[in-house]
This record gives sequence, C-alpha cells and structure tokens, in this order.
Amino acid sequence: MGEYFSMGGYAAFVWSAYGMTVFVMLALVIATCLDIAIQKKRLDALESNGARKRAPARPSAQTASEQ
Amino acid sequence: MNPMSSPTFTQRFHAFANPARFMGLSDRLIAPCAVVTALLISAGFWFALVNSPADYQQGESVRIMYVHVPSAWLGMMGYMVMAGASIVALVLRHPLADVAAKSAAPIGAAFCFLALVTGSLWGKPMWGTWWVWDARLTSMLILLFLYFGYIALWATIEEPQRAGRAAAILALVGSINVPIVHYSVVWWNTLHQPASVFRADGPTIAPEMLLPLMLMALGFTFFFVTLLMLRMRAEILRRRVRVLQLALGEV
Amino acid sequence: MKRAFFSLVRRDVALAVQIGGGGGMAVFFFFVTVTLMPLGIGPNLNLLGQIAPGLLWVALLLSSLLTLDRLFQADFEDGTLDVLSMGSLPLELAVVAKILSHWLTTGLPLVIAAPILGLLLNLEEHQFMPLVLAMLIGSPALSLMGAIGAALTVSVRRGGLLASLLVMPFYIPVLIFGVATASAGAMPGATAQATALLGAVTLVSIVVGPWASAAALRANLKA
Repeated sequence: MGEYFSMGGYAAFVWSAYGMTVFVMLALVIATCLDIAIQKKRLDALESNGARKRAPARPSAQTASEQ
Repeated sequence: MNPMSSPTFTQRFHAFANPARFMGLSDRLIAPCAVVTALLISAGFWFALVNSPADYQQGESVRIMYVHVPSAWLGMMGYMVMAGASIVALVLRHPLADVAAKSAAPIGAAFCFLALVTGSLWGKPMWGTWWVWDARLTSMLILLFLYFGYIALWATIEEPQRAGRAAAILALVGSINVPIVHYSVVWWNTLHQPASVFRADGPTIAPEMLLPLMLMALGFTFFFVTLLMLRMRAEILRRRVRVLQLALGEV
Repeated sequence: MKRAFFSLVRRDVALAVQIGGGGGMAVFFFFVTVTLMPLGIGPNLNLLGQIAPGLLWVALLLSSLLTLDRLFQADFEDGTLDVLSMGSLPLELAVVAKILSHWLTTGLPLVIAAPILGLLLNLEEHQFMPLVLAMLIGSPALSLMGAIGAALTVSVRRGGLLASLLVMPFYIPVLIFGVATASAGAMPGATAQATALLGAVTLVSIVVGPWASAAALRANLKA
C-alpha cells in the first residue's frame, strides 16, 4: 500500500496535483452554494421588509387625504 | 395564424430570456448534471490513479496528465463560452447572455490556474524546473491574465447593465487577440529556441491512457456546465436583491 | 467631417500642450525606468547592451500605460464626450482623432527619447535605426489598443490601473515583434519578418481599437 502511495517516488507531485484539483473544484462549488444561500437570505429579508414598509404607509395616506 | 402552432426557434430562444424560466429549467437540470459529474469524475479518478499503467519513460508522474490536460482544455473552453456568450449579449441582446459570461469566467479561470499548477508539478520531476517559458505555458499564463482582467472589470463597474456591456466588449476584443497573442508567443519561442528538444507534450497516448483522459475531460465538462448553472442562479438572485435594495432605498 | 476631425485633433493637442504634464511626464517616467534597470541589474555594459532592446520596449510599454486615463476621462467628466457622441462626426472617428492627438503628444515624444536612452543602455549601433523604426510602427498600436482599456474604465474613478491591466495582454505581440526587429535574432530573416508582423499587428489595432473604444464609450455613456 505504501508503495502505491509513493507513486514511484513522485508522491509529492502526483498527490499535490490531484489534491489541488479536488481543492479548487470543491472551493468553487462551496463558494457558489454559499453565495446562493446568502442572496436567498437577503432576498427574503428584503421582501419581508418591503411588505412591512408598505403596510404602515396606508394609515398615514388616509390621514393625509383627510386634511 | 394557428395559435396552437409549435413555437418558432426565436420564440423558444427568448423563452429562456425570462430569468424565472431559467430558474425553473436549471432547477430541474442541476441535480442530474451533478450526478453525472460525480460519476464521471469518480470513474476518471479510479482509472487515472489505479486502473491505468505507468509510463515507461515518466513513471507514475504521468498520472498528473489526467488532471493537467483536461484542466487546460476547460481553461480554454471557458474563455470560448465567455466569448460566445458575449457575442450573444452584444449582437442578439439576449438578457441572460451576460449573466452566462460573468458566471463562466471564474470557472474557466480556476481551470486555467489548475492547468498551470499541475503543469508545474508535472514539469518539475520531468524537466527539473518549476516553470519553463515555452509557448504553451506562456500562452496559458496570458490567458489567466485575460480572465483576471475580465473578472476585475465586472467587479469594478457597479451597474450590471453597463458592466455587462463593457465586459462583453472586453471578451470580444480578447478573443480577437488570443490567436494573435498565441501566435506571437509561439513565434517568440521558436526565435529563442530554434531546436527545441524536449516535448512539452508528454508521451503519445496509449489507449489505456485515453480512457481516463476522456473520462476526466468529460467529467470536468459536466462539472463546468453544472457549476455554470449554479453560478447563473446566484447572479440572478444577486440582481433581484439589488433591484429590491434600490427600490426600497436601502443602497 | 474632415474639418471636424482635424479641429478635434488640434483641440486635444492644444489641451495636452497647455495643461501639460502628459507627454513630458511620460518621457520623464521613461527616463527614470530605464535608469532603474542598471541599478537593479548591475552596470555591466555588455549585459545591458544585450538586453537593451527588451528593456527599452518594456519601459516604453509601461510609460504608455501611464498616460491612458488622459484619453477620455476629462471629456467624460465634463460632458464633452456626450456632445461628441451626438455630433456629426461618428464616435469611431472622434476616437481616432483623440488617439491620434494622444500619440502625437505622448507616443511620439517617447519614441524620440528612446535612442537617447539607448545610449544609456549601450545599445549596439546597428540596432538604433531598427529600434526607432519599430517603435514608430508599434507605438500607434499601443495608443490604439490602450484606448480600449481607457474607454472601458472611463466611468470608474481612478480606473487607470485597471485600464493598464486590461490592455497589457494585447501589448504582448507588439512587445515581442518590436524587440525582435532590433535584436539580431537567432534566425536569419527574422528581423524582416518581425517588422512585417509588427506592421500587421498595428493594422489590426487600427480596426479593432477605435471600434471597441467607441462601443465601450457608448456603453458607459448610456445609463
């Protein structure tokens, strides 16, 4: 088993290359999924915020038209 | 006109222009693509690392080729996707085209970077140096700079429509220049190394080596497509956030 | 249209000369950069003479990059660019006019300064003429392609560095062929080939530069 991992002496190079590949590809996926999660959270917060902002506006619009 | 006639190409084309429809479509496609990606890459790794022969000249280090060559291919393919999407954005004005271009760039850049790093790790045991100024490596390095510039432009211009148009122009100018730059680098290389002895190619591909190479190449391609769809979704969400922020005066 | 074109050139040249700084500072930068090289490499005249063409061309490139944001920024900010884009002169031609005046006030002075700096770097005698010729052919390409970077980033505050980074890869063929025209080269006939290729690059940039710059300016002038 040890002989397999040593890759005929090239272990450091081969495993670094494959490790780097896996790392970069995973990093891309994780970064993208995090991005989606963050944007979804912001979107939800903004949409509920927008609904809240619109509600109290109605009473004051009524008082304005009463004047 | 028969209202029940099947949609024309133009109608179907613009059907995807609606971000909501893209979200729906990508929702259905991402999972299966991801599964195919995982299967292909796993099979690729298996054949690359275990079930394939070592090279009689390069020994086990030839296995690096199975990640280096597909990365290089994807690095170049990424730029072509970017350039193609940019043409569609500028000429056909498809609204999602610049989203596609923006989303493709970091993936292509990452593969370009990987190609350089794995190439370096392959080169050190083979040629004795971490870096060599040969035509292909130099061209790949310049391609990475082109990617960085493109990504930097998107990051610097705030307004998405304006950024999209500027980035599309840059991608087009880049793709016009890539052949010119590559040719000049090749020319420069032959000028300074008239009798280039070493082959940056590596061994001629034996059939047992072709299988892992193709598996990895296909796997990387599916990875690209899957991740592209994911990144486009993220970008569409980001733009919705921005629209709402502007509307609610929170920016 | 010819009158509009040349009056724009005259206006820009006059502005560059009056406000000053542009060409003069670029030449000064050229000088300083070339002076830094021996300080970094060592005063070995033999070595310097061997690499002089390359050093001079790299310094030329960097000096050209410095002045890019002068091309469009001021006119963008005070609205002149808006007026130009709506005028009788097509924006592409207006861009050519601005690039021409930029080259006259920046690129040309640099090319004139180059032989003097060649003396500092022990440039070989037979290389002076080819070098100046190559720079005369190649420096317009630097202005033309540089304009693209300047146009893309015109709406960005302090976008000068980004403009330079965007444009650098496009400068590489100019650099490679430009240096080769002056260097002996390992292959016979390489010098002539390099000069022809340099000319070809400049011709391509005459087409690509103004078209892309105008498109980029329009993109930035819109919303």
